[in-house]
Amino acid sequence: MGLELFNTFILLLLVVSALAALRVRDLVTAAAIFGVYSFLMCLLWAEMGAVDVAFTEATVGAGISTVVLVATIFNLKRKSND
Amino acid sequence: MFEEGSVINELLIERLNYFIYVVLLMIGLHAMISKRNLIKKLIGMSIFQTAIILFYVSIGVKDEATIPIYKANHDPHGSHVEHGEANGLTGGVLYGPKALKKEEVQEYANPLPHVLMLTAIVVGVATLGLALALCQRIYQGYGTIEEDELLVKIERADARKSLSPIENSKTSSSRKSASQKPGLTKVSSVMKSSISTNPSVTKSKKAVTHKKQPKGKK
Amino acid sequence: MKFVSMLPVVAVGGILLLAAKDFPAWGDPQSPASSSPVSSHFIGSTGVDTEVPNMVTAVLADYRGFDTMFETVVVFIAGIAVLAILGGAGKRRASKRVHEVEAEPDLIVTNTARLIVPVIQIFAFYVLAHGHVSPGGGFQGGVVMGASFILIGLSWDLETALARFSIQRCMAVAAGGIVIYGGIGLLSMFLGGEFLDYAELESILPVSREMARYHAMLGVEIGVGFTVTAIMFALYANLSTAGRLKGGL
Repeated sequence: MGLELFNTFILLLLVVSALAALRVRDLVTAAAIFGVYSFLMCLLWAEMGAVDVAFTEATVGAGISTVVLVATIFNLKRKSND
Repeated sequence: MFEEGSVINELLIERLNYFIYVVLLMIGLHAMISKRNLIKKLIGMSIFQTAIILFYVSIGVKDEATIPIYKANHDPHGSHVEHGEANGLTGGVLYGPKALKKEEVQEYANPLPHVLMLTAIVVGVATLGLALALCQRIYQGYGTIEEDELLVKIERADARKSLSPIENSKTSSSRKSASQKPGLTKVSSVMKSSISTNPSVTKSKKAVTHKKQPKGKK
Repeated sequence: MKFVSMLPVVAVGGILLLAAKDFPAWGDPQSPASSSPVSSHFIGSTGVDTEVPNMVTAVLADYRGFDTMFETVVVFIAGIAVLAILGGAGKRRASKRVHEVEAEPDLIVTNTARLIVPVIQIFAFYVLAHGHVSPGGGFQGGVVMGASFILIGLSWDLETALARFSIQRCMAVAAGGIVIYGGIGLLSMFLGGEFLDYAELESILPVSREMARYHAMLGVEIGVGFTVTAIMFALYANLSTAGRLKGGL
């Protein structure tokens, strides 16, 4: 039961962070929230027994892709119109 | 409402993972369709992608199963001292490689979806990098990554191309006089700097510079 | 317009939710995916076939080696494409940058990085080499290794990182990784087996057929690690400077 509660909590947080990442107008904030989303996803997969996938997501999704997004945004405009 | 067997009970309680995967997929798809900022579109694409991966990983889950790494008693190289029954013997219990029986197979989560998704994540970040490189190139060429502004600029560039030759020469002469004004030289040099080898991009840039001129005067 | 864009979204979501109703129960061990003979075979006989305790690594590098090889090629091609799109920017005059960083590298940050980077790199080697018995492998180890170079680029500047791992060297290492992978596959073909049939390597390795597969998997993972390391760093170096490869974040 405890694990199910944990699962439900993370699933709801996932939806919230996905909506927040697309809602904010500052793109660097959006990239940071997307990193949070990736890390929550990684936690969820680790809990579901997919340790290799979780490890990959922790290094790639929460690490490299956030850095690459921020690196790109610093060469572009930071503000988004929607 | 939440009684056994109803649709809502099945979706929200028993199969919450499947429900959330559909919700995330819809969020990602909606962002890809309706957001105008290209970076936002890419974040939406990544959310879409992780939703699919969540679906695959959910398929591989088994109740009462552990992670897909052999436990000590199935480990092909296992040699583990049993502390409980220490009866003076040196060493420990040695396990060799052996095929698992059907009920032993149920002790491990399904590794196949994990393998498929592991490579998908790494390829996903490589394609995300490629898409971001395209965004930077678009920004260098057009000075914006907002889709609606981009469409306006592309339309202007096309309109300039289809102008009659007389009008074309007229506008080019007016452009020349405009670029000689001191206040504008800085802008146009910035614009020129980002011009690629593509001539159509060059034209669109200059069109924008020309259009902006009256605004700057005010 | 917003309403029109919602239509396909709601349609797709509705169809998928209808389908989700018919999925097997959560965590059902008898579900079609879990009871299929393929995954049962992978779980049941990985230990006998390859003696690798981590089934994911065994399936990734051995049973589905062909797939993984071309996934690595996809990563490599993405890196080349980024270079092709953003490369040659040094010839164009630099476009105006929104954020220009002029400050000296920070003392605390650089000294912390000096301490951490060797640890990260050793951890990357551990993840790569220990992927047979614990979570990890070529992809994860390669990404961690690439992240260590990105950390150098972030805490000093990009020139410092590129002095250690230039883009030319990146591309050579990335291509070398694929050559290692394909070379092991071809070697097992020349020794009488099929492409990527590692068991044939027993005639040149002093081990049994199963352990030959075990060790060939390590070689393959090293190849994947090379490619992923180089491409991840090349991606960062190109994207952070819009292809000019100087300045940077």
